[in-house]
Amino acid sequence: MAVRETIILDQPAINRALTRIAHEILERNKGTDDVALVGVVRGGDHLARCLQQRIQDIEGVEIPLGSLDITMYRDDLASRGSLPVEKTDLLFPLENKRIVLVDDVLFTGRTIRAAMDALMDIGRPRSIQLAILVDRGHRELPIRPDYIGRNVPTSVSEKIVVQFNDENNPTEVRVAKP
Amino acid sequence: MSFGHKHILGIEQLSADDITLILDTAESFKEVSTREIKKVPTLRGKTIINIFFEASTRTRASFEIAGKRLSADTMNISASTSAVVKGETLEDTAKNLEAMHPDIIVMRHGHSGAPHYLAERCGFSVVNAGDGAHEHPSQALLDLMTIREKKGTIEGLVVAIVGDIAHSRVARSNIYALKKMGATVRLAGPGTLLPTEIERMGAEVTTDMNTALDGADVVMMLRIQQERQGKALLPSNREYSRFYGLNPENLKLAKADALVMHPGPMNRGVEISSAVADGAQNVILDQVENGVAVRMALLYLVSGGEQLAEQSA
Repeated sequence: MAVRETIILDQPAINRALTRIAHEILERNKGTDDVALVGVVRGGDHLARCLQQRIQDIEGVEIPLGSLDITMYRDDLASRGSLPVEKTDLLFPLENKRIVLVDDVLFTGRTIRAAMDALMDIGRPRSIQLAILVDRGHRELPIRPDYIGRNVPTSVSEKIVVQFNDENNPTEVRVAKP
Repeated sequence: MSFGHKHILGIEQLSADDITLILDTAESFKEVSTREIKKVPTLRGKTIINIFFEASTRTRASFEIAGKRLSADTMNISASTSAVVKGETLEDTAKNLEAMHPDIIVMRHGHSGAPHYLAERCGFSVVNAGDGAHEHPSQALLDLMTIREKKGTIEGLVVAIVGDIAHSRVARSNIYALKKMGATVRLAGPGTLLPTEIERMGAEVTTDMNTALDGADVVMMLRIQQERQGKALLPSNREYSRFYGLNPENLKLAKADALVMHPGPMNRGVEISSAVADGAQNVILDQVENGVAVRMALLYLVSGGEQLAEQSA
């Protein structure tokens, strides 16, 4: 079956969305005190690095950055099989941190639930906020993002693809219709 | 790259890609052991039975910790407390265990091929924790993980394996694994402890330890398995130690940054001197630490291996 693809965010649009999210994070947390970014591998970790850079450009402060692989916390081992496990890299203590969890696409919410479980196992942050580049709906759990790049209503059968270049910078977001 | 194996019976059945995937997965799981809460919910609800028909502390503890860190329910059965002493056959033991619906059986057995026998007859996954003088795959994989971690690669390295090759399942699994990953393997030991035609496995074979050590990147010492070989194969431990023991003097023949490995338990003063066993080049405790990570990776990968094998079929 032919797949139709539409570009819903190009590079300038992604850049504007990330800059806006960076400002929103600073505004909501009243600066950078105790704020740390944790990207969900893969995709979220690249976006978290972009956000860290933007926050540094705005405030002149380098906030802690970590990456989190949630494969060990998935609830679908029986149906999906053992997926490759990536690296979790959290080199700062989570205690009393305001963690901004970053992912590229928010769909059912199960990945974020797993990410929150993983964070809680590693430490006890003061709060967890959620930043998402694309919210495509279809939540199966009561999870709501705090920062959204773009809301994209989709059907369940459609796919959202976030493309990154060789330097792991986001270049475009496409929706693929079967 | 996905893992399509339901069982881990030996290194012989694994490809270089399989081995790389296991090592990569183990590296990710190693981080879990450094956390304050050393537990992830990956295998929650799975039951793992460690059944050891031969004495083992290290391997059994390592598998048990690995299962527990992944949140599986683990239990241990040793032969002395099982119905085997009452005359039950391996197949009957297996069928009885199967009726309790375990997901994975980790088995050590004195007879080569016992895990294969079980894997053919039962529905659960079987992980070989050492069978006779045949294979000890998880030990070889943790050795590879340690070498890769310290040297950055395995390909192109020269690895000398010294000692009781004939009775060593560790040596056999390591020869398979190291050859598949592109290393050169040299075996050294007294003629009575070198199996005939072992060179068919692709290793260089010598009875002169110094030849094997010359320029080696890794020196892997094997334990003299007194319980297996009886007295007839060696005149004395003292003589063995003189010709095949690793000491600071002959270690100088290997590269200056060569790693010293031992699968444990060590016979200090026999195959390895205390000066070397406690020296700067030894990575023996790194091997033990990596053992837990490798076993976590194996338990995780076989848990999903069956589904992936079916999907790709």
